[in-house]
Amino acid sequence: MIRTRGLCYQYASGGSAPLRFPDVDLRQGGTLLLRGRSGTGKSTWLSLIAGLRGASGGDLFVAGTQIGTQRGAEIDAWRARHIGFLPQKLHLSGALTVAGNLGLVYFAAGLPRDNAAITRTLAQVGVAELAGRRPHQLSGGQAQRVALARAVLLSPELLLADEPTASLDDEAAADALALLQGTAAACGASLVIATHDQRVVRALPGAQVLDLNEIGLQRLLDKREQL
Amino acid sequence: MKSIAQLARLSWHYLWSRPLAAVLNLLVLTLGLAAITLVLLVATQLDKAFERDLTGIDLVVGAKGSPLQLILAGVFHIDVPTGNIPLQEVQALQANPLVAQVIPLSLGDSFQGARIVGTTPDYVAHYGATLAQGTLWRQPMDAVLGAGVAQGGLAVGAAFIGSHGLGEGGHAHGDHPYRVSGVLAPCGCVLDRLILTSTESVWTVHEAATADEPEDLEILKEEREVTVALLRYRSPLAAVTLPRQINSGTEMQAAAPAIEVTRLLRLLGVGADVLRAFGGVLLAVAAASVFIALWNAVRERRADLAMLRMLGAPPGRVAGLVLWEALWLAALASLLGLLLGHALAQALGWALQAQGLLPVSGLVWLPAEAGVPLLAALVAALAALLPALQAYRTDVADLLSQP
Repeated sequence: MIRTRGLCYQYASGGSAPLRFPDVDLRQGGTLLLRGRSGTGKSTWLSLIAGLRGASGGDLFVAGTQIGTQRGAEIDAWRARHIGFLPQKLHLSGALTVAGNLGLVYFAAGLPRDNAAITRTLAQVGVAELAGRRPHQLSGGQAQRVALARAVLLSPELLLADEPTASLDDEAAADALALLQGTAAACGASLVIATHDQRVVRALPGAQVLDLNEIGLQRLLDKREQL
Repeated sequence: MKSIAQLARLSWHYLWSRPLAAVLNLLVLTLGLAAITLVLLVATQLDKAFERDLTGIDLVVGAKGSPLQLILAGVFHIDVPTGNIPLQEVQALQANPLVAQVIPLSLGDSFQGARIVGTTPDYVAHYGATLAQGTLWRQPMDAVLGAGVAQGGLAVGAAFIGSHGLGEGGHAHGDHPYRVSGVLAPCGCVLDRLILTSTESVWTVHEAATADEPEDLEILKEEREVTVALLRYRSPLAAVTLPRQINSGTEMQAAAPAIEVTRLLRLLGVGADVLRAFGGVLLAVAAASVFIALWNAVRERRADLAMLRMLGAPPGRVAGLVLWEALWLAALASLLGLLLGHALAQALGWALQAQGLLPVSGLVWLPAEAGVPLLAALVAALAALLPALQAYRTDVADLLSQP
């Protein structure tokens, strides 16, 4: 599902050394934990995988597509069909109902809205009865389920989750992880979880781990040398 | 097509997610467009009214005084006349080889605000008016009502009493009632607002009111007067010599309508320009207001827009959302602005009609009004340009790095 070789990224400012990511091979349906403290490049790695940024070097294959060879519109269309994303801050639009927020997926992908699929997916994550509510009328857990439904609505092959357990208590974190894994499995998607939460590591012992703390450390050393 | 419908629907939701800002922007944009619509309606109708009522009148002759007043009183019937002129002088003009036609008008009385005009059938023929009912006057004290006056309830065969003066409150000529002999079909010209009769009727009423003795009556008959004479030249050459002849060689005044109306329109034009400029200022304020609202909206919704990009929306589609919000405002403001502009024109029309002045209607729709939605769209699109560009450049990396 994901194969990277010598993947690196140089920030536009160019001041610091490029980020050099370890190689990754993630099979279809597998789970990858992306670990690292703030500033180690988790977000950058996710954005490279999602085709939001172009790599400075190396090869990157996601869902059978070599990323970096497509033009803007092509990569947008590819992302819409192949990638699901659950951000840490859920970004549900307050202007729309829950169903309307899921409708955004079709709008973004340029597809006709499928209300039956919206209802089905909300039911899959256990919040079908909330379709007509506004985001501010939801609890934190309900909102996360809605955001997850939005991420898997088009049955993506790869589901990216950014810190899904941050600010959740143990019980809620376990529920969130179980739901995330179950939903990804239900739609046959590979799962990448960016986290620095040890509870996630403990809860998913069989998952592959990409630890970015080391490259973060290397980067700091490079920076010190430059100074 | 479905994509545009989705874009429109979604932007509609986004627009009304901030109802106060949406209503305020709508209000300012609507007022600007209404002001521009009002100016367009009133200026066009006044231009047309002037042009229609002046057609075929080369010179207006009356008592000395303000030439503009003479034109306003003699052609448009919206001012008091400068005085009267001797009938003999008018008859002399009729014999002048430079003159093709003279239409005398005798003013002085009115009925419920409508002026009673003593004239000849040539006046009716001049405007190509036709009778809707009855006949033209056949004898003194027969009267023909203009279409607008007939709406007051008088019908053929009805009698009415004129009152002295052109406004309300003059004394009634109770001894000499008029009888309605006919009603004119609407002509869209000044005749709609007048009551026409023979010049003899006006003389009869006033001579009887003035003369105390039978001898006085005879003297008055010998010195009959009219108020205004409308002249048509036999050749363009007359325009060079005839006004000067009249102005310097007689006690009368000759005024060329084309010159005076140009002067009048220039005066009115200043008012129209002020109103148009006011509308322009309102539109500029609206543009600034829409710009600020959209700019803030894009800033507030930066994460939402980034999420859309993450979901696969191309930058153009994200920017399109902002642009469509502005276009919704433009569409709504155009509709409301046009309706308000027409309502104001109609209200102005009623006010002018109540004073017996020029006809203005809010029920008229002009082809030029098609420019109002275009103007609104242009203003909205300009205001949305930078916010849309900002949305276009939304950086999805922001979304990923937000804690």
